[in-house]
Amino acid sequence: MQLPPALHARLLAGPGASEPLPVERDPSAGAAPFRFAARRVRFPREHEFFEDGDVQRHLYLQDVLTQVAWAPERPRVPEFTCQVAGCCQVFDVLEAYEHHYHTLHRNVCSFCKRAFPSGHLLDIHILEWHDSLFQILSERQDMYQCLVEGCTEKFKTSKDRKDHLVRRHLYPADFRFDKPKKSRGPGLPAAALPEPAETLPEGGQQSEGDDMEVCSEHMATPLEPRGERRTLGHRIPSTICFGQGAARGFKSTKKRNKQH
Amino acid sequence: MWNQRHGRLRPVGCGMEELRRRRREREAALRKARREQQLVSKRLLRDDAPEEADGVCVALILGEDEIQQFLRLAQRGTEEKEKERALATLRRGLQHPETQQTFIRLEGSMRTLVGLLTSNQALLQLEAARCLHELSHSEQPAVAEACLPATSYLLTYVSGHSSDLIELCLYTLGNLIVESEAVRRQLLPQGIVPALAACIQSPHLTVLEALGYALSQLLQAKEAPEKFIPSVLGSTLPQQMLRLLQPGPKLNPGVAVEFAWCLHYIICSQVNNALLITHGALSTLGLLLLDLAGAIQRSEDAGLELLVCPVLRCLSNLLTEAAVEAVGGQMQLRDERVVAALFILLQFLLQKQPSLLPEGLWLLNNLTANSPSFCTSLLSLNLIEPLLQLLPGSNVVSVLVLTVLCNVAEKGPAYCQHLWPGPLLPSLLDTLAFSDTEVVGQSLELLQLLFLYRPEAVQAFLQQSGLQALERHEEEAQLQDRVHVLQQTALRG
Repeated sequence: MQLPPALHARLLAGPGASEPLPVERDPSAGAAPFRFAARRVRFPREHEFFEDGDVQRHLYLQDVLTQVAWAPERPRVPEFTCQVAGCCQVFDVLEAYEHHYHTLHRNVCSFCKRAFPSGHLLDIHILEWHDSLFQILSERQDMYQCLVEGCTEKFKTSKDRKDHLVRRHLYPADFRFDKPKKSRGPGLPAAALPEPAETLPEGGQQSEGDDMEVCSEHMATPLEPRGERRTLGHRIPSTICFGQGAARGFKSTKKRNKQH
Repeated sequence: MWNQRHGRLRPVGCGMEELRRRRREREAALRKARREQQLVSKRLLRDDAPEEADGVCVALILGEDEIQQFLRLAQRGTEEKEKERALATLRRGLQHPETQQTFIRLEGSMRTLVGLLTSNQALLQLEAARCLHELSHSEQPAVAEACLPATSYLLTYVSGHSSDLIELCLYTLGNLIVESEAVRRQLLPQGIVPALAACIQSPHLTVLEALGYALSQLLQAKEAPEKFIPSVLGSTLPQQMLRLLQPGPKLNPGVAVEFAWCLHYIICSQVNNALLITHGALSTLGLLLLDLAGAIQRSEDAGLELLVCPVLRCLSNLLTEAAVEAVGGQMQLRDERVVAALFILLQFLLQKQPSLLPEGLWLLNNLTANSPSFCTSLLSLNLIEPLLQLLPGSNVVSVLVLTVLCNVAEKGPAYCQHLWPGPLLPSLLDTLAFSDTEVVGQSLELLQLLFLYRPEAVQAFLQQSGLQALERHEEEAQLQDRVHVLQQTALRG
């Protein structure tokens, strides 16, 4: 296929179009037995016309390992420590630090130091746990926002919200980031207290749901017999700190502290 | 000595042949799957590929006890590194279908894995996400269904800030989406559309490509036109997708490919294409077409055909919308450079991927069908001859070329003046010798228009033994009426 050389120049020049030639149709054009009529054609997604293109697309999807320049080796850097106060995690790969920072220090509640996976969940947490007006207002109007981003519904109680999450959004009943604040004595940060036994959601698996908030060695193992982890002593993390604003380190990082 | 050389050379030689054979097999399998409407593909993200490169299979078959042991170690190991190592071993095990089966049958295993995914140890969490990713790549629907409890968390992390984790979650979701309708059913209520609409603002290219992949998988689903597309169109996603397809220094080919396919799935479902046109889809895609042709001219053509295909489809199908006229779509796409760019792309496809040539000609048809302006450009830019050079191609290509020529000819005498004298008539005499009824039929249509608007051509037709060429088709039921009329016209002329 030989293209006129001027075509390439045309592409580089500015936009525009030549004045169209006059259109003059004869009624006998396309009259039977002829049938041509100029028309635009539409193809639906399953049309066989698309077969070749679709197959190429899927070959590309499956080949992605060979096509996309994937950097398997991330460069090692001299060991360094996370600079956030109270965290002494050590890194030798920048990306690992980035992930650590974004996961554990990006959406952190400044009152109780809990980390949240998203800004939306953190905002809701601060409002419900640390805003003194919240309790008063929630008695008068629906204040419990839905946890799903993009859903604007609000509820009278956190229980109503949970029902909504399960029914409307098909969320698991024990969604780990839905931890309602329980009414407790003033002055005690709620984070430090284990949930009362009766609030265990269905299946009694609640304790593994605190992962974001309590130390992970404390996760219940569903692979174990139930009775073992029902004892209260086992359920209070050894590393937990009582008192407002105290930084709660993780056990492993404390170990590192001692080592370094 | 000979043995040694033989031993060293053979794997390479076999490897190449083997690779080619495997690709052919895969292509055949994909074709079959498409005809059965079962076309499903997944992406696998693995960053320890070098381990496998030397041909050693590292996937381990793990038994129930081992899986249990690794999970317990990952949960309660004494050191962080030890936990990560345990989970990494489990992840390698999960590359094997047998381990996947054992894993999903083990009670509480998924719950524990989800627990690790939501853990407060960042690297352990990442490793848990990789385990889920391996499971999502499984070809067994039961494995995808076992991942159902994880989707709300995967979506939660898509709203997070760690680009590595977001990317993994998106590819995992994209894989699960195509494997299981149950997964798709719960993703919409779980808020996948708002989550993606927020995530598409991310500055990370890896995240955007992963997002485009997951979205394209969702939009490809059978039930997408009723279930997902209305919701996607109701969000900010369409404008953002068009933003990511705008040509310029920020355009990333990998990202653009994914979103161009997303747009194709939306447009060919015809849910509300007028909306896309009001968002400027025609002008964005038109400019992208110019940009692609420019890149080909500069011979930066690495993998461009991957992007060319969906862009051609989107433009072609959008042009069929009644709304094109109503909302000034014609204004968005009136630049004759579009025709110039399309021909550069046609030439590129002819060399690189001839099987996609029909899609380019389809766009040329839709551009020229109702547009005297584009037909005039075709003539003034001297593009009739290059177009005729495509005629010896496949029958589909020939019919499309002839149709485009008919689009020009039917506009009247002023247009046909440019078609004769010229190379058109000899080419038509060649296509009359074809055996394909459709090709010959379309040639007859073009001849009728030419004789009608340019009677001088009849004489030349007779001189070049046109009658004999027509005679060949006198007996064919679908052609004979038209052949007779043309014979009479020629003899009268």
